[in-house]
Amino acid sequence: MELVVFVLAAAMVLAGALGVITRSNPVHAALSLVLTLFGIAVMFVSHNAHFLAAVQVIVYAGAIVVLFLFVIMLLGVDRAEDVNIEPLTVQRPLAAIVGAGVMGIIIAAIVVADDVLVTRGSGLLATTVEKPDDNIRQLARSIFSDNVFAFELTSVLLLVAVIGTVLMARRVKSNGEGK
Amino acid sequence: MIAAIQPTETWYLVLAAVLFGIGTFGVMVRRNPLVMFMCIELMLNAVNLTFVSLASAINDVNGQVVVFFVMVVAAAEVVVGLGIVVAIMRRRNGITADDLTALKG
Repeated sequence: MELVVFVLAAAMVLAGALGVITRSNPVHAALSLVLTLFGIAVMFVSHNAHFLAAVQVIVYAGAIVVLFLFVIMLLGVDRAEDVNIEPLTVQRPLAAIVGAGVMGIIIAAIVVADDVLVTRGSGLLATTVEKPDDNIRQLARSIFSDNVFAFELTSVLLLVAVIGTVLMARRVKSNGEGK
Repeated sequence: MIAAIQPTETWYLVLAAVLFGIGTFGVMVRRNPLVMFMCIELMLNAVNLTFVSLASAINDVNGQVVVFFVMVVAAAEVVVGLGIVVAIMRRRNGITADDLTALKG
């Protein structure tokens, strides 16, 4: 059963990822990205990370992809780009070599370090039917006790991002009237 | 028996590595800045999948906490990046990344 889930989710993830890099229309690429994000969410569920799966669907597949589609529509760049043109002649072979090289190095590291994976953590509570909120409780306890400083810093980060984006996207009037 | 095979953590880690490689290739090949951002999202998701797999491999919840923070930072990064794209595209229309070789506006 787990095997079936893994194979289906992996097929979703890989099909979506290939769609993102091959579809010439940006809207199709964004929809392929949704497929990948849902596949990742399925894998989160099979790893007992139920809260993260929900956040993945809400934040990534919901907010971020909608933001992408919104910008695509706002700017009117939804016409297809000719993906057969290759402006730099050796760009694609070189990119393929680098991508395959990165992939190969990571896979080699995974295979070499395979026997290092030992259970040494403090325990990961599995979500069960009797205790459906164990995962989120454990996550919340960790975020608001051990990692509370990082949590507060993310609020600063979001505030900075919002203010910076508003300043950047504001239409500056000419002759300094906008100041 | 096929049904007896259980996917181990290594399978998930290898899948994340493949996803990261596809994202790397996409960032270097695609010329539309929006699609390049989508490829960066692919790479971030590969990292998230790695963290969640390792969290359940070593039985520690801190891997999931890191994924939570990565998602927050990814949301902020997308907002800032798309703001830059909108600001640039408002001045000139129909750009690709190749048209932005000079930073001078």
